[in-house]
Amino acid sequence: MRQVLEEVAVRNNTDIVTARNSVRTHAKQIGFGLVDQSRIATAVSELARNIVVYAKSGKVEIAKLNEDSKKGIEVVCEDNGPGIPDIEQAMSEGFTTGGSLGMGMPGTKKLMDAMDVWSEAGKGTRITIRKFLK
Amino acid sequence: MERIPVLKISDFLIVTIQVALDDESALKLQEDILEEIAKTKAKGLLIDITAVDIVDSFMGRMIRDIARMARLMGPPTIVVGMQPAVAITLVELGLKMTGVSCALNLEKGLLMLKEMVEAKEREERTLEAEETEGYEAGA
Repeated sequence: MRQVLEEVAVRNNTDIVTARNSVRTHAKQIGFGLVDQSRIATAVSELARNIVVYAKSGKVEIAKLNEDSKKGIEVVCEDNGPGIPDIEQAMSEGFTTGGSLGMGMPGTKKLMDAMDVWSEAGKGTRITIRKFLK
Repeated sequence: MERIPVLKISDFLIVTIQVALDDESALKLQEDILEEIAKTKAKGLLIDITAVDIVDSFMGRMIRDIARMARLMGPPTIVVGMQPAVAITLVELGLKMTGVSCALNLEKGLLMLKEMVEAKEREERTLEAEETEGYEAGA
């Protein structure tokens, strides 16, 4: 069962802080420890910043995963921006077109248990990340 | 926008980050600190991140850059109080904090900073002395 807990609109720098704080609060309620809370919130901070930098606006949806075998959190970061031309390149460390360190995407993958990237040129990007309770 | 105070205590500048900083505030803080270094002629900089519970790649780079920029101006920087969860996340994220000196807490950080400043001043005195000797020998 997947239960949506909150949706945060992301349009500016302040919304990045709001998104990561909300995710942290929900992660704590779901039962994640301090280190996982930090991992999840940091991952969402990276993805929310990508929305602001590349797509100007989008949203972050926070959901609780409650299946018999797997319980945890799922966060969907979605925008209608320009899309990612080459996902493989975007997932490689040090690659950036936005003047950053190029750690956001590969770093997020390392911090989470699962990461799915959907993107289409001119349509937008949807990145789904999951972390499961051990 | 959040404004973080930059305090001068004896020869040191002390910055305690106690709120979640957005990117713009973090950039402003970077500027404020460097301007304060120039204005106060501080000999060392200490950044306390005890209360910071999320450091992403932007914030991590910001802290690293402040330390590097301050060093270019002169004063050494110590970052103190990094939370265990933050340290774990930064390493897993892959962010290298090369060139940043860290200490467990404020007390240890201040001691370390004092030693660094003293070592730097000794080095400067030795250089000055060598220069003077050189002139005398050449005269």
